[in-house]
Amino acid sequence: MPNPMLQFEIKRLIKLDLFGLDASFTNSSLFMVIAVFLITLLTIWGMRGRALVPTRMQSVAELSYEFVANMVRDNVGSAGQKYFPFVFSLFMFVLFTNMLGMVPYSFTVTSQIIVTFALAALVFIGVTIIGFAKHGLGFLKFLVPSGAPAVLLPMLVVVEAISYLTRPLSLSVRLFANMMAGHAMLKVFGAFVVGLGFLGGWAPLAFMVAFTGLEILVAFLQAYVFAILTCIYLNDALHMHH
Amino acid sequence: MPQFVLQDFAPQLIWLAISFVALYLIMARVALPRIATVIEERRGRIASDLDQAEQLKHKTDEAIAAYEEALAKARAKALSIAQETREALAAEVEAEKSQAEKQIGEKTDEAEKRIARAKSDALTHVNEVAGEVAEAIVKELIGGNATKSEVNQAVSKAAVN
Repeated sequence: MPNPMLQFEIKRLIKLDLFGLDASFTNSSLFMVIAVFLITLLTIWGMRGRALVPTRMQSVAELSYEFVANMVRDNVGSAGQKYFPFVFSLFMFVLFTNMLGMVPYSFTVTSQIIVTFALAALVFIGVTIIGFAKHGLGFLKFLVPSGAPAVLLPMLVVVEAISYLTRPLSLSVRLFANMMAGHAMLKVFGAFVVGLGFLGGWAPLAFMVAFTGLEILVAFLQAYVFAILTCIYLNDALHMHH
Repeated sequence: MPQFVLQDFAPQLIWLAISFVALYLIMARVALPRIATVIEERRGRIASDLDQAEQLKHKTDEAIAAYEEALAKARAKALSIAQETREALAAEVEAEKSQAEKQIGEKTDEAEKRIARAKSDALTHVNEVAGEVAEAIVKELIGGNATKSEVNQAVSKAAVN
């Protein structure tokens, strides 16, 4: 039986060196670039007609725009409009890398903890900087829950600080674990289909069909969760609602 | 787990930075403003179309109101014309009727006079006839001649009696 984790291995396609750093073009890099290319294709080539009555491609591009725009408007408000391009890029990048992973023989970029962690850290650091830039040191009050008894405050501040600091971890691990587990499952059941052969392989095959559907849902859902949590963190930093 | 091979972190981070920054720049600078313009244009077009439809509806309402007003005026005018005509005709009929009555009255008078004249004529003739008859009778019975004046005297005497 093939190792289900083998699909997550990084293969260096073109060996590159950047100031002593390993900057090789890997299978992971390839699918990042493909995702960027496809998103660009959808949003620029798909919109080339700029038609009043949109074509199918234009409709999809406009729908994704409106989807993310509404998400930002509902969760952050008008102050969030500045960060809309970032949230849109983030959502589309995660969505396309997730979906590309569903193509057989492809590579799932978001099943790499370092990639999801880097994205989550980007969100976390960015949001923290915005918070301090907007409220100065007053942003630290975010860690102090209002209306709590004074005796409990020191403990609550510690709890709040931990919950704030674990945000990038939970954000990245959620996406990474979902993608990795799903693809490992698919690989395992694919091996069952082959192993059980023509007579017994039908049951795991049927399961795989259903599970692939679920994985597509998860691929969309995780991109959505990633984007909406980014919006919520952004809202916290901008408005300090607690 | 292949995800925790530390040597693989650097190339992925570098390419993630390259591709994500490229994506962000393309989206923020080119793609999203274009989509925003298209959506904004459509929204503006729909709003202006609705506006135009509203204006046209307003105009239609005005035209209908004007038409109805004109119709009501025309109807009132038609009624008044009919009324006037009816009155004029009635007056004319009345005038002709009275004239005709007058004429009839005149003719009746004339006819009455004529009848009276005819009657008196007839009466004088009666005297004459009676005279002649009396003359003839006198002639036959007596065998004598009686002068006309004698007979007439006798007849008028008898007529008086």
